[in-house]
Amino acid sequence: MRQIAIYGKGGIGKSTTSQNTVAALAEMGKHVMIVGCDPKADATRLILNAKAQATVMDLARESGTVEDLELDDVLMTGFKGIKCAESGGPEPGVGCAGRGVITAINFLEENGAYTPDLDFVFYDVLGDVVCGGFAMPIRENKAQEIYIVTSGEMMAMYAANNIARGILKYATSGSVRLAGLICNSRMVEKEIELIEVLAKRLSTQLIHYIPRDNVVQRAELKKQTVIQYYPDAHQANEYRDLAKKIVENKNFVVPTPITVDELEDLLMEYGFMEIDESVEQAKVAV
Amino acid sequence: MNNQDKCPMPTEEWINTEEYKEKNFARKNLVVNPAKGCQPFGAIFAACGFEGTMPFVHGSQGCVAYFRNNFSRHFREPFSTTSTSMTEDAAVFGGQANLIEGLKNTYTLYKPKMIALSTSCIAEVIGDDLNAFINNARNKQAIPDELPTPFASTPSFVGSHITGYDNMLKGILSYLTKDKKTDKKTDKINIIPGFDTHVGNLREIKRILNLFGVEYTILADNTEYLDSPLTGEFDMYPGGTPLEETRESINNKATIALQRYSTKKTITFIEKFFEHEAVALPMPIGIGATDKLVMEISRITGKEIPKEIEDDRGRAVDSMTDAHQYLHGKRYAVYGDPDIVIGVVSFLLEMGGEPVHILCSNGTKKFAKEVEVILESSPYGKEGKVYPGKDLWHLRSLLMTDPVDMLIGTSYGKFAARDADIPLVRIGYPIVDRINLHRYPTIGYQGIINLITWIANAFLEKTDRLSDDEHFELMR
Repeated sequence: MRQIAIYGKGGIGKSTTSQNTVAALAEMGKHVMIVGCDPKADATRLILNAKAQATVMDLARESGTVEDLELDDVLMTGFKGIKCAESGGPEPGVGCAGRGVITAINFLEENGAYTPDLDFVFYDVLGDVVCGGFAMPIRENKAQEIYIVTSGEMMAMYAANNIARGILKYATSGSVRLAGLICNSRMVEKEIELIEVLAKRLSTQLIHYIPRDNVVQRAELKKQTVIQYYPDAHQANEYRDLAKKIVENKNFVVPTPITVDELEDLLMEYGFMEIDESVEQAKVAV
Repeated sequence: MNNQDKCPMPTEEWINTEEYKEKNFARKNLVVNPAKGCQPFGAIFAACGFEGTMPFVHGSQGCVAYFRNNFSRHFREPFSTTSTSMTEDAAVFGGQANLIEGLKNTYTLYKPKMIALSTSCIAEVIGDDLNAFINNARNKQAIPDELPTPFASTPSFVGSHITGYDNMLKGILSYLTKDKKTDKKTDKINIIPGFDTHVGNLREIKRILNLFGVEYTILADNTEYLDSPLTGEFDMYPGGTPLEETRESINNKATIALQRYSTKKTITFIEKFFEHEAVALPMPIGIGATDKLVMEISRITGKEIPKEIEDDRGRAVDSMTDAHQYLHGKRYAVYGDPDIVIGVVSFLLEMGGEPVHILCSNGTKKFAKEVEVILESSPYGKEGKVYPGKDLWHLRSLLMTDPVDMLIGTSYGKFAARDADIPLVRIGYPIVDRINLHRYPTIGYQGIINLITWIANAFLEKTDRLSDDEHFELMR
């Protein structure tokens, strides 16, 4: 069983990318479980073709404890037999979502969700590694491979670098490794070059570049992955490629995060600052 | 309108009524005096039963001060435990720096042979990863490579002290027995006492095993630690199961746990990794459960039940018949940890006593079902009702609205017993208002005699105390 965690800046397309990739893996005959680690609980919507199921924490809130829950209450089956669980968590601004992730994963583990027939377990984790709870999926004996979803936008790259710092902490004491960057294109200029250089600086690879295609959004409106909704679409093949590359991937490294200055230099070098130059000129003119 | 008109009954009377009981049982978001402790509490209790072991809690200093203090009140012995003294900065930045420093200090100052780590609330809420931190501490040479550092996640807000005991014991066994399994099994058996704070019980089980002539390893043996001889010299780590013996426990023939609710995960772990027979028996309180234990020891080891034990049994049965008239037909309320409650309820039914209110703050619905089955098995169990997850304020309402003759439980029950004007017989944890009781066994045939002594004599004391001159008799 390979356990994989997907991290990346909020809104970058982690859930969409991971669900499409998992759908492609299922199509290949792999047995996969997705564990959504985000209070928004949207990591399994496209697989289940329905908005957020009953999450572990929702049910725990109702009964006051996870001890009275049964695995069947929270583990659903979706597209091509993919198992889906969502940690869920508190409303924004209250409570501790990180603890929700810990509670949910412990519950799944203690109640036998990790069956030996699974080829892959995917953890889709909220935004940045903001606290210890969101690092739960990369503790020892959990996910050993991490993919970071990013784009050529500065904040996405900044987040990717930050996540690499988080992984480094755990990689020195355990076996978790960075397995690659996934570029979910935002049509930024020289995006591939930029991410390739960032990947190189982090000592990893750009495992796949996913071009932007509105078919993804159309499928999403139907609560489906592209693989399910438009299996013949070119975009579906992109996810199949990514799935295949993940299956074959052997490039697992201890990441070498860079400083913010280095990151900014990198952006300068790749012509990201053209607009800024005009701003600078305007300033001089004033 | 004065207050008298508004409140037809003073509050102190009203809280004894059926009306109040209903309101009391309807309460959801408030717990009053629950009869349970938290996970790290049980974790350090398991840890102190191993040779030269310092329990170490990753969390706040105050929690640990409370644990030490609480154990010292019950056992009247010193109790050592260190903590990482997490404060606000550690809560924000993670407790790794505290943990590394704490391990280093603990090792340097107290020279333990093993440090057993557990966690309190704060470390768990912020998601500190014990395993990673310990590895980092080792990488930084805060502790030597060879020092065993088993660990367990024991969030105080999940389960109770029995869960923590289970988690820590499993953590220690999985750590120490790793890669120790050989092809050959010994004739020895492992005994897991469970969260049992009657040190007399461990001594009694050892006596029984010695009479059988069985070789055994107790996991974990904290009798000496919690009841050490006064010699004038302070020993920080008296007794304890030797670490080497613990490592070898994986190659023993079988494991018997003397409690079931406090050993669930450990027994599952042993079945899977020790690959030998692992049985969790009902706590051997009363004749049925003790017979079962004795027969299981005989079956597993293939040894005959020795004459001495048969004689012990004979004496226990004799004591039961002698005292039958004093316990029979009396109504009882029982509360405490699930294993103890099941034991006491079974024992009372054997004596023709009627357990009426059975309350267990750390009991689940499944536990309640099990007790109901036991109650149904006897005509004396007809009136018995089980209250899992309830607290001692609920118990008070039960005692006031549906009176019984005696309360059996820990010292915390003394307030309710006083209000209900019934005797309290003390068993379980903690006993902090009577002396020496924890040194007497409550299990085995000897335990039966002790329980009868306490229960029957408490009734007889009351009879004497309440008798007028005409009825104050020599014989009772």
